[in-house]
Amino acid sequence: MDGSHANAAAAAAGGGEGTQRTLNPYVTGNSVIAMKYKDGVIMACDTGASYGSTLRYKSVERIKAVGKHSLIGASGEFSDFQEILRYLDELTLSDHMWDDGNSLGPKEIHAYLTRVMYNRRNKFDPLWNSLVLGGVKKGPKGDEKYLGMVNMIGTHFEENHIATGFGNHMAVPILRGEWREDLTFEEAVKLIEKCLLVLLYRDRSSINKFQIAKITTEGSTIYPPYALKTNWGFAAFENPSQGAVGTW
Amino acid sequence: MDASSLTGSSSSSDAPTSGEHRMGTTIVGVCYDGGVVLAADSRTSTGMYVANRASDKISQLTDNVYVCRSGSAADTQVISDYVRYFLHQHTIQSGQPATVKVASNLVRLLAYQNKSMLQAGMIVGGWDKYEGGQIYSVPLGGTILRQPFAIGGSGSSYLYGLMDHEWRDGMTQEEAEKFVVKVVSLAIARDGASGGVVRTVTINADGVKRSFYPGNKLPLWHEELEPQNSLLDILAAGSPDAMVQ
Repeated sequence: MDGSHANAAAAAAGGGEGTQRTLNPYVTGNSVIAMKYKDGVIMACDTGASYGSTLRYKSVERIKAVGKHSLIGASGEFSDFQEILRYLDELTLSDHMWDDGNSLGPKEIHAYLTRVMYNRRNKFDPLWNSLVLGGVKKGPKGDEKYLGMVNMIGTHFEENHIATGFGNHMAVPILRGEWREDLTFEEAVKLIEKCLLVLLYRDRSSINKFQIAKITTEGSTIYPPYALKTNWGFAAFENPSQGAVGTW
Repeated sequence: MDASSLTGSSSSSDAPTSGEHRMGTTIVGVCYDGGVVLAADSRTSTGMYVANRASDKISQLTDNVYVCRSGSAADTQVISDYVRYFLHQHTIQSGQPATVKVASNLVRLLAYQNKSMLQAGMIVGGWDKYEGGQIYSVPLGGTILRQPFAIGGSGSSYLYGLMDHEWRDGMTQEEAEKFVVKVVSLAIARDGASGGVVRTVTINADGVKRSFYPGNKLPLWHEELEPQNSLLDILAAGSPDAMVQ
């Protein structure tokens, strides 16, 4: 079959020792922020992918639905994220083909991804990503919300709110202060937008084009991209050297 | 192509005339109303020496799909050879022309699975009956992204602002062809690693058209002068504005 020819030759094209080593990332996505809220999980990121310091691609989707119950968001090397999506396609397809009335929930997908990431790390051939996995599935105690993350070295955990990359430094403190268990959708969006704005101001590689996605028991929704208004109307911004000539 | 700053490996070695053949390059692909136009410069350098001043960086993969190559000349040649071979078999097996999507995904497969060994940034463009004209960008690392237009190679650094400013959707074939020639020649003007001629390939439902715009037929930009045969001709035509001390 053509595909297997391609795969065999593709690996052979690597000179027989198809072994890779830890590499540098080329096309990279920025932070992903996510949190649980009353009805499920909400996730957001910008739609940019950088190539070194160039903001090269500006309409990239870094949050995708996985199966019926989960959302995955990724930062880091975009080609590795595309490959992970292919693995997840295979996983969800064979899950569907079992036709046993059960489907993989977010906890299971997270566990699968953790194994993939950690095993690649052990071979010194990581998938250069930080992945955020969120979802809702009916469990024995009713609808169970799930949010977890796993990164390129295999570190993984569950939390009520998650941020990757720069978001760890800028968004997590805000979330730790203001997150509550019973946030409505509107409140959650406002809180996420607060974090996105801070990242826009302070993360050099972010762009002003965002996507927010949510997942509830009804399913997942990925909203169309939009931009946020920024505020530059401070007197000190207009005249920074007034009263301190030579300052920056 | 800006690979050297990212990977830390140097594209030029100690002797300025030896080293791997690289295509500094400017490559461009745009969709227009009815098809795509691919364009590229023609300079291949080894270090500081221009090994080939009239290379053809737009290679055919199938009757209806072509690829613009930037980065290591050897790597991109081998990739396009493999993909041409696979697509040939695929066409025989399926009984119809390969789609642009299949062609670009094969390029991605090779680029991704051999990412540690390759330095290849490519733009795949073509026309098929299902989705019409399409452009797919496959940069370093093996990401694949479909775009209405794409730029690549070292010369593309000088084009981001221009494209942001001047790109429009739904150009006619003539507008698109003129646009890409303008764009590549602007990059050639500023990028030392790009130069020579501008080659274009236009692909649509009616087939493929190759064009050639030699260096002396490209528009002149800031601080560039009209080429002359000799100073003697200028003097013969009447004294020029001589710079007198």
